[in-house]
Amino acid sequence: MTQSVVVQVGQCGNQIGCCFWDLALREHAAVNQKGIYDEAISSFFRNVDTRVVGEGGSISKGKIRTLKARAVLIDMEEGVVNEILQGPLRDVFDSKQLITDISGSGNNWAVGHNVFGSLYREQILEKLRKSAEQCDCLQCFFIIHSMGGGTGSGLGTFLLKVLEDEFPEVYRFVTSVYPSCEDDVITSPYNSTLAMKELNEHADCVLPIDNQKSLFDIISKIDIMMNSGKLGKTVKPKSLVTSSAGALKKRHEKPFDGMNNIVANLLLNLTSSSRFEGSLNMDLNEISMNLVPFPQLHYLVSSLTPLYTLADVNIPPRRLDQMFSDAFSKDHQLIRADPKRSLYLACALMVRGNVQISDLRRNIERLKPSLQFVSWNQEGWKTSLCSVPPVGHSHSLLALANNTCVKPTFMELRERFMRLYKKKAHLHHYLQVEGIEESCFTEAVSSLSALIQEYNQLDATKSMPIQDLPRLSIAM
Amino acid sequence: MSIVTVQLGQCGNQIGFEVFDTLFSDSYCSQGLCSKKENEAYQASCKERFFSEEENGALLVLVARAVLVDMEPKVINQTLSKAARSGRWKYGQHACFCQRQGSGNNWAYGYSVHGPRHEESIMNLIQKEVEKCDSLSGFFIIMSMAGGTGSGLGAFVTRDLQDQYPNSFKMNQVIWPYGTGEVIVQNYNSILTLSHLYQSSDALLVHENDAVHKICAKLMGLRQVSFSNLNHVLAHQLGSVFQPTYSAGGSFHYRRNPLGDLMENLVPHPEFKMLGVRNIPQMSENSLAYSTFTWAGLLKHLRQMLISNAKMEEGINWQVRPPLSGLPALGKTSFNKEPHFNTSIANLVILRGKDVQSADLGGFKDPALYTSWLQPENAFNVWKTQRAFNKYEKSAALVSNSQSLVKPLDTIVGKAWNMFASKAYIHQYTKFGIEEEDFLDSFTLLEQVIASYRNL
Repeated sequence: MTQSVVVQVGQCGNQIGCCFWDLALREHAAVNQKGIYDEAISSFFRNVDTRVVGEGGSISKGKIRTLKARAVLIDMEEGVVNEILQGPLRDVFDSKQLITDISGSGNNWAVGHNVFGSLYREQILEKLRKSAEQCDCLQCFFIIHSMGGGTGSGLGTFLLKVLEDEFPEVYRFVTSVYPSCEDDVITSPYNSTLAMKELNEHADCVLPIDNQKSLFDIISKIDIMMNSGKLGKTVKPKSLVTSSAGALKKRHEKPFDGMNNIVANLLLNLTSSSRFEGSLNMDLNEISMNLVPFPQLHYLVSSLTPLYTLADVNIPPRRLDQMFSDAFSKDHQLIRADPKRSLYLACALMVRGNVQISDLRRNIERLKPSLQFVSWNQEGWKTSLCSVPPVGHSHSLLALANNTCVKPTFMELRERFMRLYKKKAHLHHYLQVEGIEESCFTEAVSSLSALIQEYNQLDATKSMPIQDLPRLSIAM
Repeated sequence: MSIVTVQLGQCGNQIGFEVFDTLFSDSYCSQGLCSKKENEAYQASCKERFFSEEENGALLVLVARAVLVDMEPKVINQTLSKAARSGRWKYGQHACFCQRQGSGNNWAYGYSVHGPRHEESIMNLIQKEVEKCDSLSGFFIIMSMAGGTGSGLGAFVTRDLQDQYPNSFKMNQVIWPYGTGEVIVQNYNSILTLSHLYQSSDALLVHENDAVHKICAKLMGLRQVSFSNLNHVLAHQLGSVFQPTYSAGGSFHYRRNPLGDLMENLVPHPEFKMLGVRNIPQMSENSLAYSTFTWAGLLKHLRQMLISNAKMEEGINWQVRPPLSGLPALGKTSFNKEPHFNTSIANLVILRGKDVQSADLGGFKDPALYTSWLQPENAFNVWKTQRAFNKYEKSAALVSNSQSLVKPLDTIVGKAWNMFASKAYIHQYTKFGIEEEDFLDSFTLLEQVIASYRNL
């Protein structure tokens, strides 16, 4: 079995990461009742005998001693990482996995990318190499960061290039949190656009997440339902959104926890089929193979259902079908997007729990007429069945769509970028940084425009009739 | 003579397990409905074909003549423990080869990376298994054609077998993916698989997931169909072909060379090597207890399933009739007429159960069923045994080399071609050395196959 290393960068990246490790531990604890270190756990955790000093502490078999996350935590300020180290998850990380600074990137991509990038390159590389050496077969780096700030955005995307050069065979999956319009970081359009160019060039897959709008909507909707008593007592306390209690403070104190939780669950479900058994496995390398038809178009819109669990575990088919319907509705997407009104290039359905192939087939047949697929990929479905459901659920579905509905997010970003850039507002903060010139900005925006243009061209085929192309003819 | 089975990838390993389990439980079940002596001969013949013996203290344990290959460990671990749990037969201790990282649905990765890298280890395992056989009939290779390991590595291993065992027969069990995708690049992977197998295998035995799924839903009465259900039906079908039958009419010796005889009966020309299986009856165990059958009824249905190209006895189109003899060949070749008649190259009917000697197979000997260049006596064969199979008092299997796969093949080639024209996903293949020209070669070869079958 393969292993993955999580690289969490910046405040947002570390908060989500923290949530992820909490949930990952719970999930494995629920599945692995005997406490034996198995291959499933090894995909994200090392088993360490802490009594052994030095390098010899890793144990590959037998009872679980101390689990250490396969993670590298990077932040250019100390707050969040310190909080993690004082919290319940402190034993999961050791000081060798951390890189912090005290000065922060000041919401400036250039500082994160160029200043801290060159300053910490070797140190980061050393920690990455270390974590890679501790794997039998490292398959994937998961980078978690946000696009709007300085550290996650700048240093996070700097890292991508480093990973590409140093570990060309290892996949780079990026979870990128995009800023919303009401974002309080004024330079976030610059930071995001500059980061986009790096994502375009150096990521294998990007899972864009909308910071505010969509996730906030999802969470408040569940809140309303719970408070109104509509779902009231039937919602399980340990549902997807509400199960964060352990590692983090109460959800209501921190409005972001709910969102972080959803993103953390996204990563868990994305990797479940490669960690656990199932009748139709889906390994991580199958994701980009199936969902990325052209190298640049590697942005995957994700949706997660159900977001809360109902008390009865025995699901009648109708409710199961509702889960599939929800996955395609615009309310369940993790960015503001409506896949049903846009064009699908490819779609993956990753199912967990008590669901069979016939349920999958039935729902694909049922939903297909309402979805539009690109002419050359009319049956663009990739499916997987993992027999282990998420904790507290009987079943769940993660849908990944390569869909042109991601375009408005990029167009809006470009618009906001242009609004600032026309006035050259705040530009000098960037140009002060060594290695940053105005051309960096023009190149970044043209990279973004080229991407938008690719989606435009695909969208333009939507209204064209689908016809078979003339085939090779054989002389008999 | 013995058959060495090579199970590749998730699909190949899951099905392989079900096949051996079916063979074993059929051979050793108490309901053979025949004499003790007869039953023992049947068991011995099955054992020679598919199992070797291993001493475990005082007990003899049957060990499947199989090599398990996958590029990731989960499925093989699961398969081994399932076999061990059955307590009745097992896989060889050193018959597995697995790696840590799968082929990621990429045919090119399976064929060009995993293939050459692990060639030696895999061929060594196969050779060890071959050495355990007193005499080798050939290889049965179970794989899907949609994924990466089964399809890509499967094609590579088949080619290697052709190089190293040119005189042994190679039959590939190919699982045809659901029409509405399991894997998005399944059409690319499929055309690459089929075109390569066409050059190195003796016959391709095809099972379509869609057809097997329908059998589960309609005939088995399952409301929720799982992969395990599909594999169970598939294993039943394969068992009905591979379990022992008498060598010739009136003889009571079991056929010695099952693969060789299958090829001889069914693949008269290297341009035509795609085979399909149809079975009758197929039903849940509960219904079976309340049903009786006559050979005449079963064979009438089976014949109509053949000519109307139905995969199961439910929903057969009875309107389809053989073209009148003496009609110009043109009438037969026109492919668009509806409902259209499924022309055969060769058919083999396998009958198992009570009173087999009384079954009348005249309906399959009609020259109108076959292409004009083969006479029915060369194109039709029947194998029999009065030993009942898998608790069915009477059952019939039909293995045929006919036009029935033209349509699915044409669909796959068409979809792959549309995708190829847009160049989508090609970069994933060129990364591992499969170039656009390789795709074009595959397209050319398969268009040729389609045209040949159409023009029967």
